[in-house]
Amino acid sequence: MTAGRRAARALLLALPWLVAGLLAGAAEIRPTRDYLSPGLRDAQEDPSRHPGWLWVEEGEALWREGARSCQSCHGDIAGMAGVAARYPAVAEDGALLNLEGRIERCRARHQGAPAFGYESEPLLALTAAVALRSHGQPVAVETGGAAAPFLEEGRRFYEARQGQLNLSCGQCHDDNAGRRLRGDVISNGLGTGYPAYRLDWNTLGSLHRRLRACSLGVRAEQLPLGAPEYLALELFLASRAAGLPIEAPGLRR
Amino acid sequence: MVAGDAIAAPLDGLAGDPARGEAVVRNRETANCLICHAIPGTAEPFMGDVGPPLAGVGSRLSPGQVRLRLVDPTRVNPGAIMPAYHRTEGLRRVDPRYRGEPVLSAQEVEDVVAYLAGLKE
Repeated sequence: MTAGRRAARALLLALPWLVAGLLAGAAEIRPTRDYLSPGLRDAQEDPSRHPGWLWVEEGEALWREGARSCQSCHGDIAGMAGVAARYPAVAEDGALLNLEGRIERCRARHQGAPAFGYESEPLLALTAAVALRSHGQPVAVETGGAAAPFLEEGRRFYEARQGQLNLSCGQCHDDNAGRRLRGDVISNGLGTGYPAYRLDWNTLGSLHRRLRACSLGVRAEQLPLGAPEYLALELFLASRAAGLPIEAPGLRR
Repeated sequence: MVAGDAIAAPLDGLAGDPARGEAVVRNRETANCLICHAIPGTAEPFMGDVGPPLAGVGSRLSPGQVRLRLVDPTRVNPGAIMPAYHRTEGLRRVDPRYRGEPVLSAQEVEDVVAYLAGLKE
């Protein structure tokens, strides 16, 4: 083969990948449910087939529990509609809080109770019960004002290559969404389904637990649950999901 | 040692073994090549499609070109998604357990080169 023909042949061989790359790398960000298998997608909306609802029921009980219950100030948990769609948010003291952080702060400040602790069963349960009240509502986090520096920090974290495998979040979740890593379809990496019941975990878990798994996957430092970097990333992921529906409690592989 | 888009000479002068190379390619704990690529002639379930299938790669690329793409694909394409399997410099936030270590040893790289170079069309 001449050099010219060899080059033409290499281009032809690469062409399907270039075309697939254009489709897979489309800028559109789709809800995670669009990337689920049909069975999982249906089960996510069916309480009788979604183990995450056990945590929701537990969280609803916790909402009403005790003399200074959540309900004693906030009323029925139905009043939490839309709240999860606005988190993470910057609190009055300038701290960026996700829903878990807001619940923990409320316990300490208004209920005089010790923090549940990140990833504890009661915190997951209350978070799931509150988040459910925003199920289907469009994500609408504040990204300007005091939130802007956090958003930028989250964007930098998202875009930077990291770990021994030297990958950025976007190289998978933007450039290759829809393609397969082994048997798993890559989604746009939104946090809208968390807390989520993952079949892989056999339990309900937080977004930060999932982020730690991503860090491990690229052989990067796994940051603590609630770490400022993960909080900022959570805000950036929510900004990517603006207008897309909250899926929590999600059901994932 | 990099010339054009290839590393012509084997790393550390080591000889590769294709059978060991196939084992490295299929190992889920180290290189985990099949998370992104498919290989021919196996009943391996759940191979990924982020990267191109490796069937015939030995006809498309010379051993030296395969070697550079394993050692550090960003030398060929700065935006490459494929990790560098034998590079330790210029990486950020690396898990302390792997800091300063390449994903694959020089011997493993040569074994994988020997295996892939044999995947002819």
